[in-house]
Amino acid sequence: MAFWIASSPHNHIKSATPSLMRLVILATLPGIFAQWYFFGWGTIIQIGLAVTFCLLAEIVFLAIRDKNIKSQITDCSAILTGVLIGISVPSLAPWWITAIGSIFAIMVVKQLYGGLGFNLFNPAMAAYVLLLVSFPLQMTSWQPVSSLLVEQVSAFNNFWLILTGFTWEGFSVEQIRMSIDGITMATPLDTLKTDLTLGLTVSESFNNPVFGEYAGIGWQWINLGFLLGGFILIYKQAIDWLIPVSFLGFLFLFSLIAYSISPDSSASTLFHWLSGGTMLGAFFILTDPVSAATTKKGRVVYAALAALLVYLIRKFGGYPDAIAFAVLLCNMAVPLIDEYCRPRTYGHKASE
Amino acid sequence: MEILLAIVIFALIATLFGALLGYASVRFKVEGDPLVEQLDALLPQTQCGQCGYPGCKPYAEAVANGEAINKCAPGGDDTIKKIADLMGVEVQPLDESHEQDNTVKVAFIIEEDCIGCTKCIQACPVDAITGAAKQMHTVIVDECTGCDLCVDPCPVDCIEMIPIKQTPQNWQWDLQAIDVVQID
Amino acid sequence: MESVLERINKNHFWKFFGGIHPPQQKFLTNDKPIKVLPLPSELIIPLKQHIGSAAELLVEVGDFVLKGQALTGSDKPMMVPIHAPTSGTVTALGMTTSAHPSGMKEPCLVLKPDGNDTWRTRHITENFRSLTKSQLVEKIANAGIAGMGGAGFPTSIKVDTNSGLNFLIINAVECEPYISADDLLMREHSAAIIDGVEILDFMLEPALILIGIEDNKPQAIAALKAACKNHDNIKICVLPTKYPTGGEKQLIKALTGQEVPSGVLPVSLGMVVQNIATVFAIGEAIINDIPLLRRVVTVTGQAIAKPQNVWSLLGTPVAHLLNCCGFNKTPQQRVIMGGPLMGFTLSTLQVPVVKTTNCILAPTTAEISPASKEVECIRCGQCAEVCPSQLLPQELQWHAKAKNYPQLEKLNLADCIECGACAYVCPSQIPLVQYYRVAKAELRANKEQELKADKAKLRFEARNLRLEKDKLAREAKHQQAIAARKSAASTTSGQASNSAVAAALARVKAKKAQQSAPSSVNLDVDVKTRAAAAIDRAKAKKLAQANTDQSAQATEAKKASATNITTTSTSEVPSTSAAEIKKAKTVAAVAKAKAKKLAKSAETKATGLDAVEINNDAIELEKAPEATDENVLSAAEAKKLKLASAVAKAKAKQKQQVTSSTTPSTITDADKKQKIAAAIKKAKAKKLNSQAAAEKNKQESD
Repeated sequence: MAFWIASSPHNHIKSATPSLMRLVILATLPGIFAQWYFFGWGTIIQIGLAVTFCLLAEIVFLAIRDKNIKSQITDCSAILTGVLIGISVPSLAPWWITAIGSIFAIMVVKQLYGGLGFNLFNPAMAAYVLLLVSFPLQMTSWQPVSSLLVEQVSAFNNFWLILTGFTWEGFSVEQIRMSIDGITMATPLDTLKTDLTLGLTVSESFNNPVFGEYAGIGWQWINLGFLLGGFILIYKQAIDWLIPVSFLGFLFLFSLIAYSISPDSSASTLFHWLSGGTMLGAFFILTDPVSAATTKKGRVVYAALAALLVYLIRKFGGYPDAIAFAVLLCNMAVPLIDEYCRPRTYGHKASE
Repeated sequence: MEILLAIVIFALIATLFGALLGYASVRFKVEGDPLVEQLDALLPQTQCGQCGYPGCKPYAEAVANGEAINKCAPGGDDTIKKIADLMGVEVQPLDESHEQDNTVKVAFIIEEDCIGCTKCIQACPVDAITGAAKQMHTVIVDECTGCDLCVDPCPVDCIEMIPIKQTPQNWQWDLQAIDVVQID
Repeated sequence: MESVLERINKNHFWKFFGGIHPPQQKFLTNDKPIKVLPLPSELIIPLKQHIGSAAELLVEVGDFVLKGQALTGSDKPMMVPIHAPTSGTVTALGMTTSAHPSGMKEPCLVLKPDGNDTWRTRHITENFRSLTKSQLVEKIANAGIAGMGGAGFPTSIKVDTNSGLNFLIINAVECEPYISADDLLMREHSAAIIDGVEILDFMLEPALILIGIEDNKPQAIAALKAACKNHDNIKICVLPTKYPTGGEKQLIKALTGQEVPSGVLPVSLGMVVQNIATVFAIGEAIINDIPLLRRVVTVTGQAIAKPQNVWSLLGTPVAHLLNCCGFNKTPQQRVIMGGPLMGFTLSTLQVPVVKTTNCILAPTTAEISPASKEVECIRCGQCAEVCPSQLLPQELQWHAKAKNYPQLEKLNLADCIECGACAYVCPSQIPLVQYYRVAKAELRANKEQELKADKAKLRFEARNLRLEKDKLAREAKHQQAIAARKSAASTTSGQASNSAVAAALARVKAKKAQQSAPSSVNLDVDVKTRAAAAIDRAKAKKLAQANTDQSAQATEAKKASATNITTTSTSEVPSTSAAEIKKAKTVAAVAKAKAKKLAKSAETKATGLDAVEINNDAIELEKAPEATDENVLSAAEAKKLKLASAVAKAKAKQKQQVTSSTTPSTITDADKKQKIAAAIKKAKAKKLNSQAAAEKNKQESD
């Protein structure tokens, strides 16, 4: 036996990447619970599918790249990607949508860039954008919240629907999505966008049954669920509070400016906070350390840019929600942001 | 008449531009060849001649004129990479005719064997050997570039190239190289 | 200034960026008094225990030294002396594994204590205020005091500054986990520490003295406050516990709100920072005339049965400390000199305690686990949040791995204080500090190489210039020589009937004379030209000698050599054997060298040249080693003679300029001597003839 030679520092805080990832996965649970409550089993099934495909893709590609599969699978990053994809895809989307998204996320966005730590883009969001651009119809097949459904869909039927496109009894996705009035239900953001293009005001549009008190029925609670998860992450210091706080702050600011200029054509600030993927994006997507800015100043700029893009795309863009697009665009800007937002080193002048 | 006018105008224009160019060539004269200077700055200045040129500057000039960039053995891959960057060409591996080993060495004269012939003094490109005829010579370690040029001229083979000794001051933090003492 | 005072009085200090809160673990040792250990069986005292270079050795092996006697000494400030920590005998001057992360060997003295601990005479200073400042600085320098906080910077340099400082900062922070050496020192010797502070106050005359201490040492704070209650200008500044508050730059920021500019010493801001243990040592050195002989070392960790602070003599092997405190070895045991965040592991327990050693930490693996495998950086940025220098550790790490040195410099790698906070928090277990150290060492090496390259370039260019000048000068001389010859030929035509040799000689002499004359007026007094001139002179002399020998008869030659022999023999009588051995060695070396060369040429020529030559080479090769053996063992004169003459002949054959005039002159045996001399003379004559012929040819062709 010889004495152990090592480089200082010798002790370590004993936090590790896998536990960080596990914590993030656990923190999505309140949001997932809300999603399950309002949209039924579809979300849970999608998450299961996405995680499975992500893990499979990861194992295959790690084997091809001749990497240590065990140590890299156990870092849980693939599972987290799967969970985020599962949350993002519509609950009634066919299974192959999820499969393509998951495989694309792991194979192209993550592994082809060099694996964990080297991916320029957030894998889940890149996959989501790919799906949204390639399969717009399937990617808008959100079912209305359970309370607005004519038929309640059982877990089994939900599974069958995802697998075949029809329930066991033979109802199609389109039929399921019919509301009580016989109109196909869109998401609240979609509805608002359509109504505004039809010339309605925001308050008129809010009469639609998909809307609740502040935003869409269900969606507001799902967002609050993710907000709760986000608070847990911040409390546990798993994520930097700077990104979600500045993102939400700037989103509030931009929507407030628009709302005060033109209240009829602009949704309220709370509506923006509690609609679509705002909270998921703020706490779980933008804070993905690999693809986010690394410096303090850079993170504020990054979050502000994301907020601006989200608002602009929501208000003027062709797609109802904008988190995924905004995140990808911001990911691209990260190296530039980091380059210009380096902190002043101790003992150096600010200009250096 | 018109043709005359045209000739005059052209003559004037030619004079004007000529004067301008002449002025510019004086005003914006580039001293020396900056590329050669830059290349020379990248070379390790061992003046060893292993590249086939009598010193680093001549090799820098040759590279500027299209000589292969991979002939500097003491500089090794790092220098080749830097030259490639500067010249905008592909990085090449070191010329095969050179040894790959570019650990820093200095010449050492085994003093009891030295016969004081001054041949090594004449060979040293940087005047790093002192001594007089029939007197023992010695190497000024701080000035020696480790070029090897003094080794061959020595008639009694009393010059050795020894690697520079590692001390705690110039240690490169290679923890793997620490001798571990077996206990128990 | 005013605001600093206000804030100090309110105990409300500045915050420096970053920092971590690792588990303190000081409770292991801070409840026990400092123990005095029994003398170890031997002390291993490295000659250099500070930053700088070792001073000159004052003692020899076998000397008996008294406690406190200087073992090395120097008047240069960067050479800090060392002293005998106890009385005893110097038993060896050797190499020891140094107290350095590299574990390399460094020169050391081994002292065997006699157990009496006898002091040299000491001169107690009753009132240090009667001494001048330079006397005090000298006393500190002679006491061998170097910064005891970790870096080991010579204290005499630090205190030798202009008076009128803004702040004298005493660093009593001790922020690293486990270590409680300063804590205990303050509790037990607060009065002596304040004495040291008073001396520094007298020397530096600072406006304010700030003692920075972390709030996890309440007893030490109370002791210091009690000790300095009569001093208005000493302020005890209790800082919140955070690592690395004890870093010099961080402490200055925390106490004064100022930042030390990069690459500048704090003294430029009118501040001097001293470690509290150093201050204690200064007090001891000035008042009690006790040089730096011992220090408090925290021996701790869960592999230690009785973790505690001990008074350790400098040079005590770590093994002795561990044995005295009960050391239970565990698997994958590491023994760390210093704290868990900045200390280094030891490869052997024979490493001695030196001036900068404040802690010996022997943790179990449960306590400090071996580093787990590094995984990819996920850019979480936690390292940047804790870096007290506000660097971007994750970016530095990428560039360090890519060896992108310009970018590393741009990102201020040099400002990294290697505190280890970044690696401590890294969730990917990346040994960040190790990467930075390697990169820093390489950066430093590159810088040195660049400087060296610049110098080499200058020297190369200067040499080329000189050679050019020499060439021109030579050509000018040549022209002159031709002119002189022509005029000489016309005036002294009568002597043309002399023998050809004599004429040639005359010409050569004339040429030599003309050559040496201009060379002496030449402004270029370079060694090289002087050497060349010397060679020329020597040649001329030899020629003259050879000429007289030739023209005169053999009897004369015998007479000359006889006188030669008598002079050499008389001069060599006292050291005959030594000279003989040396001589034999020289000859052997030459022969060896020749053999080596022949072997080399034999190898290269093996395919091309005729077999005869190879055979000859081989014979020579065989002869050489046995000859050397006999020479060294029995100094067989005959062999030596043969060899020497062979050398001489070979040289003549090779037409070398070298004539080893020393070769024959030291041989004692008269007959052999004569023979050799004759052989050499023959060779020389041959050479002379050929040279003369060549000269003649040349002249004719001219």
